[in-house]
Amino acid sequence: MSATGSARGEPVAAFKPDLLQSSEHELCPGCGHPVAWRLVLEAIADLELSHRTVLVAGHGCYTQMMKLSDLDSLQCLHGRAPAVATGVKRMLPETAVVTLQGDGDMVSEGLHEVLHAGARGERVTALLFNNGVFGDTGGHLTATTVLGQRTKTSLEGRDPEVHGYPIDVARLLAQLDGTAYVARGAVNTAGLVARTGRMIRRALEFQMAGAGFTFVEVLTMCPTGWFVPTADGPDYLEESMMSTFGIGELKVPETSSDV
Amino acid sequence: MTRRLLQGSEAVADAAIVSGCRFFSGYPMLPFTELLEHMAKKLPSAGGVCINAESEIEAINMALGAAATGARAATGSCGQGLALMQEAIAEAALNELPLVVFNMARGQQDYFQATRGGGWGDYRTITLAPRDVEEAVAHTQLLFHLADLHRTPVLLYGDYVVAHTSVGIEVNRLELGPLPEKDWALDGTMSGTGRARQIWTWARGKPNTPGPGPDRAWKSIAEKYEEIARREARFEADAPEGTEVLVVSFGTTAPFVDRVVQELRTEGMRLGSFRPVTLWPFPGDALAEATKGCRLVLVYELNAGQMVDDVRIHAADRSAVRFIGGVSQDNSGMRQGDLLAVDALRDRVRQAIAELAPSGGSS
Repeated sequence: MSATGSARGEPVAAFKPDLLQSSEHELCPGCGHPVAWRLVLEAIADLELSHRTVLVAGHGCYTQMMKLSDLDSLQCLHGRAPAVATGVKRMLPETAVVTLQGDGDMVSEGLHEVLHAGARGERVTALLFNNGVFGDTGGHLTATTVLGQRTKTSLEGRDPEVHGYPIDVARLLAQLDGTAYVARGAVNTAGLVARTGRMIRRALEFQMAGAGFTFVEVLTMCPTGWFVPTADGPDYLEESMMSTFGIGELKVPETSSDV
Repeated sequence: MTRRLLQGSEAVADAAIVSGCRFFSGYPMLPFTELLEHMAKKLPSAGGVCINAESEIEAINMALGAAATGARAATGSCGQGLALMQEAIAEAALNELPLVVFNMARGQQDYFQATRGGGWGDYRTITLAPRDVEEAVAHTQLLFHLADLHRTPVLLYGDYVVAHTSVGIEVNRLELGPLPEKDWALDGTMSGTGRARQIWTWARGKPNTPGPGPDRAWKSIAEKYEEIARREARFEADAPEGTEVLVVSFGTTAPFVDRVVQELRTEGMRLGSFRPVTLWPFPGDALAEATKGCRLVLVYELNAGQMVDDVRIHAADRSAVRFIGGVSQDNSGMRQGDLLAVDALRDRVRQAIAELAPSGGSS
């Protein structure tokens, strides 16, 4: 992570990644997406992919990232980014293709697309920013909302009798022969931020090596959508999401060691 | 190339490949299936990619992604699968992405789907409806050209007859004129330069390169479709001076109309025919001209009455318009039924003329 602000001896908040055209975003205080996206931009730059990356973004809060990043970008229909990215990558096999989706986009609306892209072994890196809630719409139940979590459409908490169970899409993807690298990180502590950065970097490396479908899920904070105080976001993430969604690499190509 | 006996689907596949199509995705569904099969067989050796997608929604979104890189891309299905693709057709239109969509339909009941669409927003889909395999080959090439020229999704309204009829044909590349550079296409090379490109229906742009935003972008797209409507309407008419009865049809029913018109003319009836070649833009001005002075405008389409709406809008005298088509499906569900026949059509034309009291439609 040679290009990070801390490594240069600057405060992280003062250092803007080269691939960010502006740090003026419209996201909520306490949102975990900006730090997660920062890791992606730093990894692309570190791997010298800055001039050969296409971003395929879905619909949600993270559409902001597409708008602010200095990356050739295609914003596509909700749920369909892995299918769109398939067409992009098949035409540009030497280009790094990164998809960015939230849990509503990928796991609710687009489960079909991501699973089939994984099964086909499409050589793209699919990123899931999972905060367990539809943040952009104002806090509604998604396919990854954990049991007991309150949303505007599960007012008394997610009840399996009424709302069913959350989906662990990383675990589903890891079972498919077409996937090469599947990992889940989080951005609620400094240690996990650094570890997640390494996961994203590895995913991109494996993509460019042609290993197969690569996937990194990042658990991110959404205090607004969770209806908790801003400062409580990191702890709430650990308490509510991490018992359902464990952190670590679920699948790595056989010749590689763990991060 | 030499003349070969080709099934329509194979001829259309060859036409797509000589047009430079390099990405094709589809989900098997008759009578579209054979087009997918031929593309799967032929496209790899032409340097392209064909994917048997896991749904029609995947198929069109894959093609949309390929189109965004500047490649000539296509997908297709029949009307039922096209129903699933409507969202992405609208998305391609509002992203101004050129994309060719083949509807190898199971009949003529997708006219509204083709010309009105089921997506969101103010968009239109240029739609060509070939009368036979030869025209489908030319239309396929024209569609790739029009898609690039106007940066819009386009549709070929084919059907079972086009897909499954075998003809002796030579598929050669047509020269259709110059096209603008695809400077909007994404290839990643502008990333990290401070001027990265963006394709987004809201067109808000990036901080260094602000876009017009949805209001201005969508107004501009609407104006583009008005321009296309003025420029691209195509039709075929056989309506000599003094025509009293004009029969209007589209697609593969037209050869049946031509036959009946020729026959009844020998009996002294003053008949003519009119066929919109583009279903959108509908050749309304030409139809208005051709229907001037007609006592009857008969609309023959194998559905419950869809194109007849456009004919009523544009006919010189809408009270002269009669619908003589109807729902007519073969029991397999894959193709047109008994009403697609010269005898059936001749009877309906005669009956309509006979009902035109008091003097009949003939001179």
